[in-house]
Order: sequence, then C-alpha cells, then structure tokens
Amino acid sequence: MMTPANRLDPKQLLTRKSFIELSARERAKALLDEGTYRELLGPFERLESPWLPMQGVVPQSDDGLIVARGTLSGKDAAILAIEGRFQGGSTGEVSGAKIAAALELAQHDAENGWPVQVLLLLETGGVRLQEANLGLEAIAEINSSMVALREHVPVVGVISGMVGCFGGMAITAALCSYLIMTRQGRLGLNGPEVIEEQSGIEEFDSSDRQLIWAVNGGEQRYAAGFVDDLVEDDVKLIRERVIEAFGRGVPCRHRSEQVEDYLERLATIDVTHQLEIRHFGRLWSKRVLS
Amino acid sequence: MSSGEAVCTRGRIWFEVLLGKGAKRPASVPSVLVADTTLQKERVRLLAVVSDPQNRFPCARQGQVGLEEGWNLAKQIRDAIRADANVEKRAIIAIVDVPSQAYGRREELLGIFLAAAAATDAYISARLAGHPVISLLVGRAISGGFLTHGAQANRLLAFRDPGVTIHAMQKKAAALVTRRSIEELDEMARKVIPMSYEVKDYARLGLLHKLIDGVDPDAPDPAQVARVQADLLEAITDARSGQRDLGNRFQSAGARTNRNATLEVRRRLAEQWNLK
Repeated sequence: MMTPANRLDPKQLLTRKSFIELSARERAKALLDEGTYRELLGPFERLESPWLPMQGVVPQSDDGLIVARGTLSGKDAAILAIEGRFQGGSTGEVSGAKIAAALELAQHDAENGWPVQVLLLLETGGVRLQEANLGLEAIAEINSSMVALREHVPVVGVISGMVGCFGGMAITAALCSYLIMTRQGRLGLNGPEVIEEQSGIEEFDSSDRQLIWAVNGGEQRYAAGFVDDLVEDDVKLIRERVIEAFGRGVPCRHRSEQVEDYLERLATIDVTHQLEIRHFGRLWSKRVLS
Repeated sequence: MSSGEAVCTRGRIWFEVLLGKGAKRPASVPSVLVADTTLQKERVRLLAVVSDPQNRFPCARQGQVGLEEGWNLAKQIRDAIRADANVEKRAIIAIVDVPSQAYGRREELLGIFLAAAAATDAYISARLAGHPVISLLVGRAISGGFLTHGAQANRLLAFRDPGVTIHAMQKKAAALVTRRSIEELDEMARKVIPMSYEVKDYARLGLLHKLIDGVDPDAPDPAQVARVQADLLEAITDARSGQRDLGNRFQSAGARTNRNATLEVRRRLAEQWNLK
C-alpha cells in the first residue's frame, strides 16, 4: 500500500530510529534542523491546568503540549507536539490555548509576509473530560484558527501513534492541509470503547483489535484517501515526508472543502448492513480516483 | 442505539416557529432542515439537525450528527456563501439540539471525522467571509455534535432551561469514562465550572452572548417567539459590526474571571513567539 519512497530497505531497517517511542519534546527536537530547537512556554513557565488539582489529579508543568520554534529544511517552523503520556494527550484549557494561540500567531506572521511552517504532532483522545467545556471550546477555537491559517500556508499533521487521534481533535486533524500517518497510527471521531458503550457490542466490539485497526488504522485511512501519506515509523523518513508535504504548498481545495465529491461518493455506498471492511478501501478509493 | 432515549423535538419546534411566512425550503435530507427566510430586514438561512427514524444510518436516527448531517450542513452553508459572494452576506442561524455525534462502525469507516470537519470548515468559512453566524441553543449541544453544528458561531445564544445542556460528553458516558458515579460527577461539577452540565455555568465561562430568560423551549407562545427573534436580530447586528474570529469568547468578562489560564497562555506565547 505504501509508496516505495516510504518503505525501509533491509539496511535502513537495521539503522532505523523509532519516532513513536520518542516523547513529544524529543519528537519536536528530532524533526527541527539540528541546533535550532527553541521551546516556548516550557516547563519552567509553570503554565499548568488550574482544573486538575481541584480533582486530585497531578498537573504537568507544560500541560502535555510542547510548543517549539526553529527551522525545518532551513525555513521558519513551529511544532505543536502533544504528549500522549500525559492524560492520554487530552486537550485541556492550557494545552488547547497553546495550540489555538500558536496557530493565530502564525496566521498574523503569514499575513505580514512571514510564512511559518506549522506542524501538529497529534497524539490525543480528544477533549480532557476533567476540563470538559473548556476543552471543547479550545478545540472550537483551534479549528477556527486552523481554517484561517491554512488559507495562507499549509498546515501539516502527523499521527504516528500509539495513542492515535480521536474525539474533537480528529476534526482538527481532518482540517490539516496534509495528514501523514504511520501504520501504528489510528484516526477516528469516536474511539471503539465509546461506540461499544453508546451503541452496543454488536455495533463495535472494542476488544476486537483486528477490527479496530481495520477501521481506524493508518493503512486503512490511507487506502480510503482520508490521509495523504503513509510512512514507516522512522524519524528520518517522517522528517522527509513532512518537508515534502510543506513543499507542496497550500492545496487548491482542502479535503474538508470537497463537499460535492464526498456527498456523491457517500450516496453510492449501500449501508443497509455493516460494510465489508476488506473491500472497503478499494471500493471507496476507486471512487476517489474516478 | 440508545433506543430508550426520547426523540429530540426542540430543534424542529424552533425551526418551525422561526420559519415565518414566505420561507423558501432548499432541497435537503430529512435530518437537516434548511430554510431561507427574513427577520425584519435581515435575510437568514436557518439550519437544524433533527431526528429521522428512517435515516439510512441506524446510529443517526435520533438527531445525532452523522455523515449525511455533516456533509449536508457543509453543502447548505457553502451554497449560501457562493450565492452571496457579491451581495450582502445573509445571516446563518444554527438551531442546536444535538444529543451527540453518531456513534457507529459505518460512520467511523466512512470518515465521520471528515464530515464533521467539512461542516466545521463551512461554518468557519462563512463567518470569515462576513456572514453573521448565530447559534441558538435550544436543547442539547453535546461533544462532536456541537463542534460540528453550533460551536463555530460568532454569537451563541441559549435558553435558561434545564433541558439546555452543553458538554463534552453525556453524563452517563462521562461517569463511565472517568470512573465516577453520577453523584460524584454532579458534586465535582459544582466545584469545577467547565465540568458543569448547567447552562448558567457555561455562561460563567464567558462563552455566551446571551442567556435568554422566560422562554418555554418546548411550547413557546407568540410573545416569547417575538422576543427570541429580537434577540437573534440584535446578535446579527452585533456580529456584523464585530470581529470575524472567535476572539470575543475569550475577551469576554466571564473569560477574564474564569479563563485566566487561556489569557495567560495567549499573553506569554505572543511575547515569546518571535524572540530569537
């Protein structure tokens, strides 16, 4: 399924460096040009969630969101990296405000003739339920800033795993100009457990790992045309593909603007019964191409 | 498919009372109500997502926002943007009573996240193009359903009513996920404002343009409808003269009190952004 450029040859396999295993901070450092990494609102700023301590949850001094500036392939860049190991990467007031504000600052820069390459490293279950409505609002503000920004410069998202990208942040992912996944990445609005809880085990058996990967996994998302690139879990390869994506510039029509095309495609799918997943990618993407 | 839950009706009720005489009804799917009408001198497009027991997607039959709903909302909004490219931009009014997004396997496979993004994108694009986008929260505004239909408005108006609930997750599910009882969740919501399921607490976060008192959301009388129409008109006028982004939400008095952390992040990040 992957294009040859994204595959590792046997020699590369031996020297590969896993991206997935890195923390959010290490990921941002690994992607930016060497020696250019500068962290904004770092841990010493102590901008923590004001809501978690009230609930007996220990906050983290960066709220699980790294804002990094530097250059990528020599050009000005900003990376917003979610730390999946803190509260499942969930979006709270502070972590969400960091993303929304950064996107807005990048928009102002772009409008003033100073384009910044903005990269999102998405690793999140969505809204942080302990901050419920402020997480929800943060995502609404992120989405708004995203659409305003991507008119000027492309915004690239990477879903590498292992948390995946779910909930409201899956909407944010779908607003990216270009989306890159690994096979270990998962993308969906509703996580399997939530579907099972809301609609029953016959609708979605969340203990069925095969089903989960077949529905939400990177390979399926790429085959269905929902993401632009599928890449191996390797720092160097991911970096190359990110640079390549920025190089493509602003798409003439973002995926979320292709309303008539998707409505047409949706109309041709018979949903009387559950869909045959094995054939789905081919069925759906054929329509993308035709 | 949560078949025990009541079919939501408030969206339909408010769509119908706001229709007025001479409204035009563009073709749409049964779960997405669309009408072009006027409020005094303002041209408005009304949009509501409602239940459709015949919906071909079984998990979207009770007013949930699913694939058809997301893509069709996007279509109706984009049609209005296109039609008004060279004339005064009509107002877009989202009537919101959505229990959630649709929770189904078909939905996930066919990319409900993208359908939700398409509607979100369309609302944002309308707002950025200069359409006043107003949301009238008449019932539930939950999670991905609300992000898709309602959350992107320039101005949010809501009824002060126990049936108006804005939240990231329905209470039962939230209790399950956070491993708390409903009682513990209620207790927590009294201390932690963003956790609350009550609209008055949502207002305290500074997110609402207006909390509307004294209206029966299930059976409004003509005087109540007239007051709501006046509130909508005021919101449209206000939006026309205001900023096109969502800045008004965190610049509000409520936000200055209860979204301090948001404002602090914004202030410090702006300072550090372009330092070398």
